[in-house]
Amino acid sequence: MSTAAAQVHEEDHGHHHKETFITKYVFSQDHKMIAKQYLITGLFMGIIGIAMSLLFRLQLAWPEQPFGIFEVLLGKWAPDGVMDPNVYLALVTIHGTIMVFFVLTAGLSGTFSNLLIPLQIGARDMASGLLNMISFWLFFLSSVIMIASLFVEAGPAAAGWTIYPPLSALPQAQPGSGMGMTLWLVSMAIFIASSLLGSLNYIVTVLNLRTKGMTMTRLPLTIWAFFVTAIIGVVSFPVLLSAALLLIMDRSFGTSFFLSDIFIQGEVLHYQGGSPVLYEHLFWFLGHPEVYIVLLPALGITSEIIATNARKPIFGYRAMVASILAIAFLSTIVWGHHMFISGMNPFLGSVFTFTTLLIAIPSAVKAFNYITTLWKGNLQLNPAMLFSIGLVSTFITGGLTGIILGDSTLDINVHDTYFVVAHFHLVMGISALYGLFAGVYHWFPKMFGRMMNKNLGYVHFWVTAVAAYGVFFPMHFVGMAGLPRRYYTNTAFPYFDDLANINVVITVFALIAGAAQLVFLYNFIHSMFYGRKAEQNPWRSNTLEWTAPVEHMHGNWPGAIPHVHRWAYDYSKPGQEEDFVPQHIPLKEGEEELQH
Amino acid sequence: MTIALSLTILVLIGISVWQIAKIFELSQSKKENTQVANDNDNRYNGQLMFAFLLFIYGITLYSFWKWGDVLLPEAASEHGSEYDNLMWISFAIIFFVQTITQALLHYFSYKYHGKKGQKALFYADNDRLEAIWTIIPVITLAGLILYGLYTWTDIMSVEENEDALVVELYAQQFNWKARYAGDDGVLGDANVRFLQDFDGRNLVGIDATDPNGLDDVIVQELHLPVGREVIFKMRSQDVLHSAYMPFFRAQMNCVPGMITEFAFTPNKTTGDMRLDPDVVAKVKKINKIRAENSKALVANGEEALEPYVFDYLLLCNKICGASHYNMQMKIVVDTPEEFEKWMADQQTFAQVIQ
Repeated sequence: MSTAAAQVHEEDHGHHHKETFITKYVFSQDHKMIAKQYLITGLFMGIIGIAMSLLFRLQLAWPEQPFGIFEVLLGKWAPDGVMDPNVYLALVTIHGTIMVFFVLTAGLSGTFSNLLIPLQIGARDMASGLLNMISFWLFFLSSVIMIASLFVEAGPAAAGWTIYPPLSALPQAQPGSGMGMTLWLVSMAIFIASSLLGSLNYIVTVLNLRTKGMTMTRLPLTIWAFFVTAIIGVVSFPVLLSAALLLIMDRSFGTSFFLSDIFIQGEVLHYQGGSPVLYEHLFWFLGHPEVYIVLLPALGITSEIIATNARKPIFGYRAMVASILAIAFLSTIVWGHHMFISGMNPFLGSVFTFTTLLIAIPSAVKAFNYITTLWKGNLQLNPAMLFSIGLVSTFITGGLTGIILGDSTLDINVHDTYFVVAHFHLVMGISALYGLFAGVYHWFPKMFGRMMNKNLGYVHFWVTAVAAYGVFFPMHFVGMAGLPRRYYTNTAFPYFDDLANINVVITVFALIAGAAQLVFLYNFIHSMFYGRKAEQNPWRSNTLEWTAPVEHMHGNWPGAIPHVHRWAYDYSKPGQEEDFVPQHIPLKEGEEELQH
Repeated sequence: MTIALSLTILVLIGISVWQIAKIFELSQSKKENTQVANDNDNRYNGQLMFAFLLFIYGITLYSFWKWGDVLLPEAASEHGSEYDNLMWISFAIIFFVQTITQALLHYFSYKYHGKKGQKALFYADNDRLEAIWTIIPVITLAGLILYGLYTWTDIMSVEENEDALVVELYAQQFNWKARYAGDDGVLGDANVRFLQDFDGRNLVGIDATDPNGLDDVIVQELHLPVGREVIFKMRSQDVLHSAYMPFFRAQMNCVPGMITEFAFTPNKTTGDMRLDPDVVAKVKKINKIRAENSKALVANGEEALEPYVFDYLLLCNKICGASHYNMQMKIVVDTPEEFEKWMADQQTFAQVIQ
């Protein structure tokens, strides 16, 4: 089936359409251009998201001190340069929303699924270029609306990125729950539509458009990760959409899905019979898989980069695929671990503890397989490789504390403290961000035909790596001291006075980490125009994208699509001259293909 | 003025980063400029990987040495010691695994850094190894899960019993109230609909037609007798809140429209806790910090900070709006006699609405 579809496309490819500036750069249907559009929009959103985190870190380290920068950026929300508590909550909320959805979902998955799925499976383009284009522009629209929400009179949404009702449902509860929250919900609804269109496209493309010989068991692990991620997205994002729609109904049309028995601002509201716990279930049914929607593509990218740069086959290909599938399956039945103390039946807590801790098993398998892949390798420590190793490191450090949070008993006292903040930033935030950086350094030559500067890459990695641990390691202690997250300041409790110096240390490291990203930004923009011209296969990699010409062309390959004869990980195979054998090279006579 | 200054500083930082980046770029030799790692890069970065391992160990040890004393003191509730045990067992496992895996990861990155002419080992699979590192986590986690579930069931099974003290925790933006059941031991019915009765004196919305409610006692400072089980019934009148009592290892969300429950038995009075050596050291440290902060305040003509005395706390731990960060209530654990005496001084609901 796959070959038939490919052939039809091949014939189609003969006559070129005339391309104008608009169809080539703006409303492009070419997956490579759409990937770049996703990346650049994602990076732009990333700058905003990271900048916000630096602003509220300043407030946490030097609470209620005036800062000129607050006056400049926050205006009337920082009277005399002192940040207002409502704005603090808004910054935390939008930082979370932007980083999770706009940077690490759309920016990461959108970029690399689009770029790599057709190129690595040997397809001319995505199954539907039109849907792909619509997917990007919906994402762009949702980004614009999210940013617009920063400028409304009463301020943007401020109920935390989980926007639990009733706080998010009642404009009386906080200023951010007015127009800002409406725009947040509209933006997210559009974002979900975009994500669904993209995911469906990825699934169909992987299933139908693989080139001859590209069986599922020969797929690079990147594609496995993107494919499974898309499936999780299709399964869980619609549930968030329904939660958002029901919340819109409660907010605007007087329904009571999530609200009951409320007295606020001297008034008894009419809502009867709803439950906020229902919203929590709906939210986390996406919210938890979302963690893996963010993380799996990063792990896929890492698998590919570690194998290529270790000049070794990825260890345990079958186990890696199995663990991706296991994580994906388990991720949909663990959402309750965010709700151990929400008031749901404690028996459910037991069930969710069980399923949650099970996830540690495939995760451990992945970590051990990465480490074994490094063993006796010939490691080419390119910036992409450093970020990949860094990912494994933060994935382990952050993942291990999950054993505490996933245990309903232990969660009681660390739930919603800074311990949680430290945990998820390391295991999904920093790890996925490293995956994004690794992907950009590795596939920059494929995207822009030029190389990024490696020394700047080294500076970027080492400063970021040290600073990231500097930020999040001490944060565990703040949490274990009992400090809740989303506190504007801890000065209301003399008991927490001795946390002040930890907060300063964390903020200083955060500022350093922020500055290190400027090095990346410079490298990225500068290399786009002035970087060294790339060779066709600079990393001496096996996957198909490196058989396509450096100059982008519609349809990816000038002639026929290469056929595939082996898996993607024949690195340093005995009996071969080179230390890599690309997938399109036929088996030598007498050469055995690895049984996997 | 500050605006112009901070903008200038931002621009200058930007320019200097740009310049440093430029210098790095120019300092590269033109000759071998493929931007792909060469043997030198591999060696240096391999060494840095090893150094990074030391950094990870270093920051771990440093944090414990420097900040170990910010951690919560020993639990002040009966189930708390079990909680703390489970926590320390989990931490022991975590540190063990962390130390070994990070060592392997970074040591391999250093040891096997690439050299020209060197060939990697073609090693794609080993079912036995895979089985080993699947089974080891399975066994470890099975142990943790069983221990955890056992403790969880123990903590969460709230059973009504004669001896227990029933206390309602009532949350609203941005304060806490507590309601005791009074002599009859039964909390009167309540709903937000009744909040406006009696000119706002009906603080938690008790139904005045329910005789059980008349002897209820509503307070703003929570007193608990030591050694007696307390069953908390939580309510909220507006948005989600979470009643977080870290010293007792206790937490439960307060959800509008439903009553949630949590129970524990305090086993140290406030007085005893103030004498706990960890708490004494902590209070001393905090007061030193406060004394120093006061100096600056006094120099500015402001009042000095009051010295800190230890008290148990109830904090809000679910984002609830602007003053979320300051939604707190003092908890006092009394001896039974002190508790009875304190309770006798409180007004009942019937007295309040008279």
